[in-house]
Amino acid sequence: MDKIPILKIGHFLMVAIQVDLYDRLALNLEADLVQAVSKTGAKGVLIDISSVSIVDSFMGRILGNIAGMSKVLDADTVIVGMQPAVAITLVELGLPLRGVQTALNVEKGMELLQKKIKIIDEEEAFDDDSTLQ
Amino acid sequence: MKLDTAKVLQKRKKQILELWMKNQLVDFSLREDLMSNDELAVQSEELVNVLLQTLDNGNIEDVQSPSFEPLYEVLESISLSRAKQGYSPRETGTFVFSLKDALLTTLQLEIKNDPQQLLEESMKVSRLIDSLGIVTFETFIKGREEVILRQTDEIAEISTPVIRVWDGIVAMPIIGTLDSSRTQVVMENLLQEIVLTSSSIAILDISGVPAVDSLVAQHLIKTVSATRLMGAECIISGIRPEIAQTVVHLGIDLSGIVTKATLASALRYAFSLVQLEVRKSNVK
Repeated sequence: MDKIPILKIGHFLMVAIQVDLYDRLALNLEADLVQAVSKTGAKGVLIDISSVSIVDSFMGRILGNIAGMSKVLDADTVIVGMQPAVAITLVELGLPLRGVQTALNVEKGMELLQKKIKIIDEEEAFDDDSTLQ
Repeated sequence: MKLDTAKVLQKRKKQILELWMKNQLVDFSLREDLMSNDELAVQSEELVNVLLQTLDNGNIEDVQSPSFEPLYEVLESISLSRAKQGYSPRETGTFVFSLKDALLTTLQLEIKNDPQQLLEESMKVSRLIDSLGIVTFETFIKGREEVILRQTDEIAEISTPVIRVWDGIVAMPIIGTLDSSRTQVVMENLLQEIVLTSSSIAILDISGVPAVDSLVAQHLIKTVSATRLMGAECIISGIRPEIAQTVVHLGIDLSGIVTKATLASALRYAFSLVQLEVRKSNVK
């Protein structure tokens, strides 16, 4: 059975969807990804959908689900490289994917996540400082 | 004696053409500004030639006959060219129907002593020309529609340019009303350009939009959502006081969208997002 690889890069997990997602595959990805987030304690999930040319409402929902589940596990989700046609379709379907962050490409998505992590680190450092005083 | 109408008309071709030209030239709907009389004569002659060539006793009663194909083709091309030249429907109609007068007059001269036969033949000719008239009109309208469609496309094309105002910042001024089809074009162009230039900020300037109702607002919100999905920030600028008023009166929620009054302030905001600063140079 097909499986979409989940790669761990530093504090992040990265998934590149290179095939058209059929429902079963999407459901598996959702389950695998949540498992991986909890196992690795990743702070961010990067999903590259630049090769996806067709979406339906189900896939839109799965993407939303992944973001929601990761959020519960304290990881931010960034979807990168969405194609114009896909974006228009999702909007027309009434799925603007609230709560999901987006970036133009993998590079910018990484930057975004890194910024987040930095903020979290700073906050923790600040917390440590305050406990010291 | 049985008379062959088609043969008779073919024999009298010259006379028919003369009569028809005379009819057309005295008609008040003659448009010398659009077509010279010589051109008109050439056009008329072509049509009469084809008509009389295709006409025979077999098909005169059957206007659907496939043997009329060449005739319809000539007629369609004349009608199309007239639609594009800006003839009115009346003028185009008169062009064809004045041929009927010419044909009937010729028949009248030919069949003098048999009223019964004259009536029958006249009816046939009349029906044929009516059918030609219908074809002319169908094509005329089609021609007009083509003109309109082309213009619509052109307007849609020229009225949605995407401007690169800075590295990573694109702007799109929208001029004219936003309807569903235009929103589609606007969205596609904007998103396409965002991908091409890998811009992270898009400014949508609506100073040229005459009115914003709930539908237009919905289209704007859709565009903004789509840009966000692509991973770019979308700013709406050029909101006039009247538009602000209607938006609030209609209860449209734009709170999730960054809105600025002018393109300048939108640009300033965009600069701050990408951590750019504009300063006066101190060089003296």
